[in-house]
Amino acid sequence: MDTIFGVPTQALFGQLLIGLINGSFYALLSLGLAVIFGLLNIINFTHGAQYMMGAFCAWFLLNKLGVGYWWALAIAPLSVGAFGILIERLMIKHLYQLDHLYGLLLTFGLALIIQGLFRNEFGSAGLPYQVPAELAGGQNLGFMFLPKYRAWVIVASLVVCMATWFVIEKTKLGSYLRAGTENSQLVQAFGINVPRMITLTYGFGVGLAALAGVMAAPIYQVNPLMGGDLIIVVFAVVVIGGMGSILGAILTGFGLGVIEGLTKVFYPEASNTVIFIVMAIVLMIKPAGLFGTQK
Amino acid sequence: MAFKKTMLAAAVAALVAGTAQAQVSDGVIRIGVMNDMSGLYADIAGPGSATAARMAVEDFGAAKKGMKVEILSADHQNKPDIGSAVVQKWYDVDKVDAVFDVPTSSVALAVSEITRKKGKAFIVSGAATADLTGKACSPNTIHWTYDTWMLANGTGNAIVKTGGDSWFFLTADYAFGHALERDTEAVVLKSGGKVLGKVRHPFPGTDFSSFLLQAQASKAKIIGLANAGGDTINSIKQAAEFGIVKGGQSLAGMLVFITDIHGLGLNTAQGLIFTETFYWDLNDQTRAWTKRFAPANGGRYPSMVQAGVYSAVLHYLKAIEAAKTDDGTKVIAKMKELPTDDPLFGKGRVRQDGRKIHPAYLVEVKKPSESKGPYDYYKIRATIPAEQAFRPEKEGGCPLVK
Repeated sequence: MDTIFGVPTQALFGQLLIGLINGSFYALLSLGLAVIFGLLNIINFTHGAQYMMGAFCAWFLLNKLGVGYWWALAIAPLSVGAFGILIERLMIKHLYQLDHLYGLLLTFGLALIIQGLFRNEFGSAGLPYQVPAELAGGQNLGFMFLPKYRAWVIVASLVVCMATWFVIEKTKLGSYLRAGTENSQLVQAFGINVPRMITLTYGFGVGLAALAGVMAAPIYQVNPLMGGDLIIVVFAVVVIGGMGSILGAILTGFGLGVIEGLTKVFYPEASNTVIFIVMAIVLMIKPAGLFGTQK
Repeated sequence: MAFKKTMLAAAVAALVAGTAQAQVSDGVIRIGVMNDMSGLYADIAGPGSATAARMAVEDFGAAKKGMKVEILSADHQNKPDIGSAVVQKWYDVDKVDAVFDVPTSSVALAVSEITRKKGKAFIVSGAATADLTGKACSPNTIHWTYDTWMLANGTGNAIVKTGGDSWFFLTADYAFGHALERDTEAVVLKSGGKVLGKVRHPFPGTDFSSFLLQAQASKAKIIGLANAGGDTINSIKQAAEFGIVKGGQSLAGMLVFITDIHGLGLNTAQGLIFTETFYWDLNDQTRAWTKRFAPANGGRYPSMVQAGVYSAVLHYLKAIEAAKTDDGTKVIAKMKELPTDDPLFGKGRVRQDGRKIHPAYLVEVKKPSESKGPYDYYKIRATIPAEQAFRPEKEGGCPLVK
């Protein structure tokens, strides 16, 4: 069998694919963060908790109301997004004029509280959530067994990422949004309700986190800690991609998933540090991140 | 001159009174329960262990016997540096007499060293590494509930005997995982099996699919999970997703707790075989105790670690009563001298190397159709007698054993 650096090529393909799957979660989560930071200038540390809430929402829908996975994909982002809007209206909006640090402290505190409440109620072992029947099982690709559900995750994540990028960069609505963050007074003078637009954007970013949560529920446990474990990595992804850069967040998300996947083959012990090593290197060479622009 | 004499007399009197009246330092026995209160091991130990300790104090009847017992608890976040700092402060500032529980082997090894230096008492329930009663044993430490050797011996033996003779290890990359892998590998090799490979994953991890693919590629019959808690849950869940069990390979959870099974659900967990030293549905006494424990623990049933804390605190208080002192080294010696007896683990003893022994149970997870109620999860496949369940005292390399 052919080998690359002592690893069979076939195994390597499998690992690349797995890297892409994990990368799609990174991409989806960092996308939400990038949208929120790019348009609101808020470093949303509650993102991990909102991702977790999305997963719990799916669990509730299934176990308490008998509503399945496909509806959860729509309902969870909407309800968690609504919760996000509430937080934005009540708390975050008072911080826009202040230093980033205040937003960071507020959202980080909120994340701790939400996570603590869920842990208190549900414990840390998590709750089971089955893969929906339509996506159970998998396909033998020859070099690896690909669960259908994971394939779906890659496709869904790519579609959502691309659609978001398109809306923000290429449509009129997107141009309002971008203009609103550049100079909100001027845009308001054109008769556009900027505060409402910002609130909805925050809700959308949070909804993306919840969507990722629903997609993660069948793969990982529905666990109060799931967001806290992931959020640091996702922040590293955003920093590497360039804070606020939407395309940067998507591409680095997938790219780092692959790099992490390969590390798991060649030097597994370093697989949870490799992203931070990449981050340090990138920041040394390009302090604004790969796709960021220096302000 | 007369003044000096009075002072001297007063000082002597105070000293005599001090020793005669209270052998218990400052009149209060302080028990510190330290574990992972909020992370991936919080269901295995966590606040439930502190609850178990409180129940033990109550059942011992400390108040009636005129003993004042206080329970403190702290979160070590699975980090040895944090755990060491908490315990240092407990011993030096808060006058804690004994530390209990401490899951996460790396933290437990650090606490054991500090306890030895301070001459206090340390009774481990949550941590697994058998080194605590082997080369790292201490006259101030007792290892109560289970250890890596016992798990390897119970589960490893049973699996090799039923044909699982080639193994691949998925190991948590820290002291516990390494010890569990080492002990299991020894059992596998001794029973004529072979180890085809191993991979060490970061602790804690979330995605194991990459490691599982490596395990799959090894073609080993058995994938040994030398990890615990959330790591084990996710490994098992993702192995099912990648069709590993359907493909003919079997999983061996080397350390699985009832809380993990609860988290996985019987659908995914059915058929798993592993070793425990406590199950709530063993007999009338364990059932009665669980009935009291669960409501105080948010409805969650006890893990063997929490049951172990109860049993250990009970024995610790008995030893203080018998030894009439709370001096760490003396109490530990007394605990080794007195036979153990409690409703949860039955009769047993503590060996010279600090190992507490009791029977272990090889359990199999029921099918969903076989489970009749909440937490009705296990079938007991075999009972391993106390004297065979743990590593023979002479083989551990503990200098205390002569």
